[in-house]
Amino acid sequence: MTGVIDIKETYFSRFSELERALGEREGSPLHRLRQLAIERFAELGFPTTDDEEWRFTNVAPLAQVSFRLPAANEPPAVELKQLLPSWLQAAAGPRLVFVNGRMIPTWSNTDGLPPGVVVTSLGQRLATGAVPAPLGRYADFDVHPFVALNTAFFREGAVVALPKGCVLTDPIHLVWISAAAGEPIMTHPRHLILAGVQTQARIVESYFGPEGAVYFTNAVTEVVLEESAIVEHTKVQQESTEAFHLAAVQVHQDRDSRFTSHAIALGGGLVRNDINVILDAPGTEATLNGLYVGTGRQLIDNHTRIDHARPHGASHELYKGILDGQARGVFNGKIYVHPGAQKTDAKQTNKTLLLSDEAQINSKPQLEIYADDVKCTHGATIGQVAEDMLFYLRTRGIGQDEARRLLTFAFANEVLERLSVEPLRAWLEARFLQSPTAGRETHR
Amino acid sequence: MLTIFNLHARVGDNEILKGVNLKVRAGEVHAIMGPNGSGKSTLAGVLAGRDVFEVTEGDVLFDGKNLLEMDPEERAREGVFLAFQYPVEIPGVSNTYFLKAAVNAIRKHRGLEELDAMDFMNLMKEKLKILHIDEDLLKRPVNEGFSGGEKKRNEIFQMAVLEPRLCILDETDSGLDIDALRTVADGVNALRSPDRAFLVITHYQRLLNYIVPDKVHVLFDGRIVKSGGKELALELESKGYGWIEEELAHAARA
Ligand SMILES: Nc1ncnc2c1ncn2[C@@H]1O[C@H](COP(=O)(O)OP(=O)(O)OP(=O)(O)O)[C@@H](O)[C@H]1O
Ligand SMILES: [Mg+2]
Repeated sequence: MTGVIDIKETYFSRFSELERALGEREGSPLHRLRQLAIERFAELGFPTTDDEEWRFTNVAPLAQVSFRLPAANEPPAVELKQLLPSWLQAAAGPRLVFVNGRMIPTWSNTDGLPPGVVVTSLGQRLATGAVPAPLGRYADFDVHPFVALNTAFFREGAVVALPKGCVLTDPIHLVWISAAAGEPIMTHPRHLILAGVQTQARIVESYFGPEGAVYFTNAVTEVVLEESAIVEHTKVQQESTEAFHLAAVQVHQDRDSRFTSHAIALGGGLVRNDINVILDAPGTEATLNGLYVGTGRQLIDNHTRIDHARPHGASHELYKGILDGQARGVFNGKIYVHPGAQKTDAKQTNKTLLLSDEAQINSKPQLEIYADDVKCTHGATIGQVAEDMLFYLRTRGIGQDEARRLLTFAFANEVLERLSVEPLRAWLEARFLQSPTAGRETHR
Repeated sequence: MLTIFNLHARVGDNEILKGVNLKVRAGEVHAIMGPNGSGKSTLAGVLAGRDVFEVTEGDVLFDGKNLLEMDPEERAREGVFLAFQYPVEIPGVSNTYFLKAAVNAIRKHRGLEELDAMDFMNLMKEKLKILHIDEDLLKRPVNEGFSGGEKKRNEIFQMAVLEPRLCILDETDSGLDIDALRTVADGVNALRSPDRAFLVITHYQRLLNYIVPDKVHVLFDGRIVKSGGKELALELESKGYGWIEEELAHAARA
């Protein structure tokens, strides 16, 4: 299992396995798409640190494991109940639960949705031969090798579609669990969210796996907001600290739409999150909140890109990180203001709290502005727990460790308090107050 | 209750306290006055356990225990409270959460049971009422965005809640309007008892009209150079510190 594998050979042979299993018609649009994607992946290969976009994130460890595709309905190696954290058990709303790459109907529930709303398994859709039209239209696999890999390999995920005017009060939960026995598996979750005109919805993606397990999650989510749609997308990642988690979220916004992302990264050994938002019509607004928490030898890389393509767009971005042990963080925030995108208002902030001497962060704002009447600001801070605050708390009788936890929580809370899914927010708050880097729920 | 003996402290190479001697008995109120930069806040900081101040000589006994050996939290649990000259803002931590953690840490140390949410809120409300402070305070993050006066009131509120035995007030009266000053005075007077002592650092007589000191000390260049009764404060207010300097110079020549 160790030693460098031949990437091309391995992934091509897995691809053939998949083709055999799916039996998709040669020349069908979906098959064509997969073919193009695997070919593109073969050309791109895994990125190296020479690639500017991957400078601080060495994915070489990924090439040391030969991941297999999970078998059909491979049972979880751990009891599901143990893998679902309490917040998810308490959360209201429809849900699709996926285990080892397959949707589990008995754990899923889409009852009571308003008429016309689609919340369904992509796998079931593909089985009927009906490919949701915009799938693959937004997430570009030309430059991003892992999007190419996902596009070649996806077979499950969620399709969510909201007809005009539909307002959902409860969030929709998309739960992805990797817990297979035997050799390490890879899964390629693919979610498609289509928010029609004047719709309103919240989507919560969550990722879990038993601590210590080695596996590879390579997710792609496409979110399309039509006119005046309001979408809040929350992603909570609590993978095993031995797992690889790569995920790209591609968002396309039409006129007057509002998109909010909360990206909470707690687990994973090697983690890379890409969020690309295109404000492709006037009057749009995007808010990107992020919290990354790492300890041990975790590497968590957040790359965001906001394209202000039209005038009167606003974006607000706040990413905060807490790094302990030898954990490393990367934040790269690109804001690209296209010619003609006048009156753009973009604000980006990245703050990292380093709890140990060996923890590290590489923070890089990247502003490219090709319009003249815009307001763009960015700021980055890196620091330790403030000694004067610590002292103040201690003079009130609060012990040193508790004071540290409290201040770390306070740091995280600026992001946490924005979460609208209350069971999740409350659970995270309790976790932080117990231990600053207790991102993952400990499994017995 | 508190005995300070020949206390020397410095920051880096800069010696700030140069042999402070002071004895405070339970039930007493001592005022400490002195020009800017004379070391008043340094003395308060050393008593509270700020580690930027390095104690190079001397002893501090609190109820017979060596205060200087204790961590700041231990001192607080033993009953030492410092109302800061410049209270620290702590964004993201609500006053409620902060005070609950503090109250329960101190109760635990005293062998008492932790307060549940209900009893804790009742205690908060009772104390807020005594001090005529709005309940809003509880929800707000500790001192964040507070005006100077609000911060000082919050210090007094914390003192009222934690019920310490030795209360050190570092210029809690500076820059306060008359209402806020009354809050401070009410807070102190409500706590006055035979087994509690106060060390009131101030530049002005104003607060001492409400909290009458048993003794007044002048801290000058890191030493207590003069002590007297409450009338000394009046004298300092009207005459300033010049005459003390002259007295010192005179004594040095003699
Ligand atoms: N953290 C510190 N680092 C360096 N020097 C300090 C520090 N704290 C105090 N000092 C110095 O020690 C001296 C005494 O300061 P201190 O704050 O104790 O005076 P004070 O009597 O409280 O003055 P004020 O009336 O202005 O509050 C000053 O010269 C000050 O610059
Ligand atoms: Mg001072």
